Amino acid sequence: MKTLIKGGRVIDPSQGISDQRDVLIEDERIKAILEPGSSADHDEVFDASGKWVVPGLIDMHVHLREPGEEYKETIASGSSAAVAGGVSAVACMANTRTVNDNASVTDYIRDRARAADKARIYPVGAVTRGLAGEELAEMGELVGAGCVALSDDGHPITSDLIMRHALEYCLGLGVPLLSHPEQTSLSEGGCMNESHVSTELGLAGVPGAAEEVMVARDVLMAELTGGRLHLQHLSTEGSVRIVRRAKERGVRVTAETCPHYFTLTDEAVRGYDSRFKMNPPLRSEEDRLAIIAGLADGTIDAVASDHAPHSSVEKDVEFAMAANGIVGLETILPLSLSLVREGHLSPSRWVELVSAAPAEILGVEGGSLAPGQIADVTVLDPEEEWIVEASKFYSKGRYTPFQGWKVKGKAKAVFVGGALKTP
Amino acid sequence: MELKIRNLLDLTDVSQGDITAILDTADSLKEINKRRIKKVPTLKGLTHVNLFFEPSTRTRMSFELAGKRLSADTINFSPGASSLTKGETLLDTVRNIQAMSPDILVIRHRMAGAPHMIARAVPTPIINAGDGAHAHPTQALLDMFSVREKLGRLDGLKVVIVGDITNSRVARSNVQGFTTMGSRVTVCGPPTLIPKGIERMGASVSYDLDEAIKDADVIMTLRIQLERGSGSRFPSLREYSIRYGLNSARLERAKNEALIMHPGPVNRGVEISPEVADGPRSIILEQVENGVAVRMALLFLLCGGKHEDAN
Repeated sequence: MKTLIKGGRVIDPSQGISDQRDVLIEDERIKAILEPGSSADHDEVFDASGKWVVPGLIDMHVHLREPGEEYKETIASGSSAAVAGGVSAVACMANTRTVNDNASVTDYIRDRARAADKARIYPVGAVTRGLAGEELAEMGELVGAGCVALSDDGHPITSDLIMRHALEYCLGLGVPLLSHPEQTSLSEGGCMNESHVSTELGLAGVPGAAEEVMVARDVLMAELTGGRLHLQHLSTEGSVRIVRRAKERGVRVTAETCPHYFTLTDEAVRGYDSRFKMNPPLRSEEDRLAIIAGLADGTIDAVASDHAPHSSVEKDVEFAMAANGIVGLETILPLSLSLVREGHLSPSRWVELVSAAPAEILGVEGGSLAPGQIADVTVLDPEEEWIVEASKFYSKGRYTPFQGWKVKGKAKAVFVGGALKTP
Repeated sequence: MELKIRNLLDLTDVSQGDITAILDTADSLKEINKRRIKKVPTLKGLTHVNLFFEPSTRTRMSFELAGKRLSADTINFSPGASSLTKGETLLDTVRNIQAMSPDILVIRHRMAGAPHMIARAVPTPIINAGDGAHAHPTQALLDMFSVREKLGRLDGLKVVIVGDITNSRVARSNVQGFTTMGSRVTVCGPPTLIPKGIERMGASVSYDLDEAIKDADVIMTLRIQLERGSGSRFPSLREYSIRYGLNSARLERAKNEALIMHPGPVNRGVEISPEVADGPRSIILEQVENGVAVRMALLFLLCGGKHEDAN
């Protein structure tokens, strides 16, 4: 089976291409990148005229809630949301109920992912048993069962010693440790950024330092151990500064941020609307601009959504009681693309952030359209305008801070292993 | 008299004109509370619900008297936190009450923003009677009323608020209200009890009470939560009282005519000494008295339109 994606602009930093090309897929792999108009044997044609053809987006930070909280999301509904959003693969965090801290849960997730047969689902295993931060989970067994990384995401690893040993142990497994940097003694009770806005609203604040203290600690542990540290959802100027210096010194560290941290600020919390509540919280304008600078200069390697669906039971309550988390799979593409439109990123840099870097960090296939690579491809219209309407999401989650926004950029097709997927 | 606001959620966007209108109305209603028969028919047939999710005695009683003296049907409902543990959400509770057609809701809740959430969910006018550390607008209005009554103006006064500003909704609303009316407000306390960026709300910050009260026209002390003494925000109530307690010796430094205020309940001997609380400059009990008149004014003004329709 050969498919020709024809007439589009291929953007693939792995080959230095950002130009009109045709992409020939044979079975599940990329066969060739062709000059426009070249003739090639094919069975199917996909007309990508006026579109961008990029390596499939990989969202390395997603909560699919299954097993245990299927009323919020399932692996099936989450993979549909991914495909609808132009995302061909996701890494799903371990904080399900049951926690993915043993191989039977990993097996279950992979079975459900195969049954859904939409986006690729890469399970992330727990670092510590029950995410309790006290003793290591059987990480070797988790990786053996198919976990591509380990993370206690949602629960910071507060013990320096556990963090040290986890980073060291991961070295022997060849997987990265994804760290949720948060010093809970500084963040406890807080429900928004600590700032003049939290003061005015009378809400307990979480200072940026609650994140930065742990970013610094994690960097020191990475330096000590040589472990593969990946920092999740950076939100502050200070975190960007610490990671930038660490990289300059050659410390092995990568980092991600999320669209809301470069799109919104804590001013959005006025009105006490829980659609603007997540952890870490929305920060100041200075932080927002520093995050964008970090994305542009390579300090931050990846953009992930931290897709965290909740139901009205968790969200339609007093702001301080509302659960942290918003959905993001179906908005990550236009929101990140707006950084290209605003001149902060080149199209190639954008592809690195949403596809190539996540693939490299997680050590998975994808992130490139070079011949021989897996045929995970996203075709998108960078100019198409649409209105974000949560009630139409494929995700079961309805809580997005971008409800009603007019955005630009829409996925038109997602190929996973050469097969065209529909949400 | 008609207000621009239809709910009183906080004083953030309440204009000088609206505040003046509320205080003037309270002025004209105050004498009702001095009569032997303390009741006028103004709100007859209207239902006024006090919905107190957080325990309160004086504010609830003040609102209840205000409603009753205007002849409203005043209902008190104090679910406390128990409805939450029973599984009923705040919105469900409020929608149930809404189904019984109240004309005005007075809400007290321990979480900031709860009245805003309710205001989005139901069309009935809402008065915030205190939400978490966010706002206590009726307290600020009665404080402004009391000062204006004593000193004849608010414009150009220096107001010092001393205490736990971080956890105080009274402080926030007073900073906004007095600032809107042209007063200069200084908040004073140990740095751990002064929230970040309070200057953006219009207040100056001082850590030195002796310095701050020198030229003050009004000194407002706030209740120190006794349980907070054990945290890491300050070493002990004893040290707090030495550095920030208002006592006779310290008051020597202030102007003779400076007013002493406290929103209550008072911890005698902690934030304020008994001699000062009971002294000639204290207007603490007048604040309580004026609270009823100010709340009558708010019930009247926010129910006003409907009242005329009812006739």
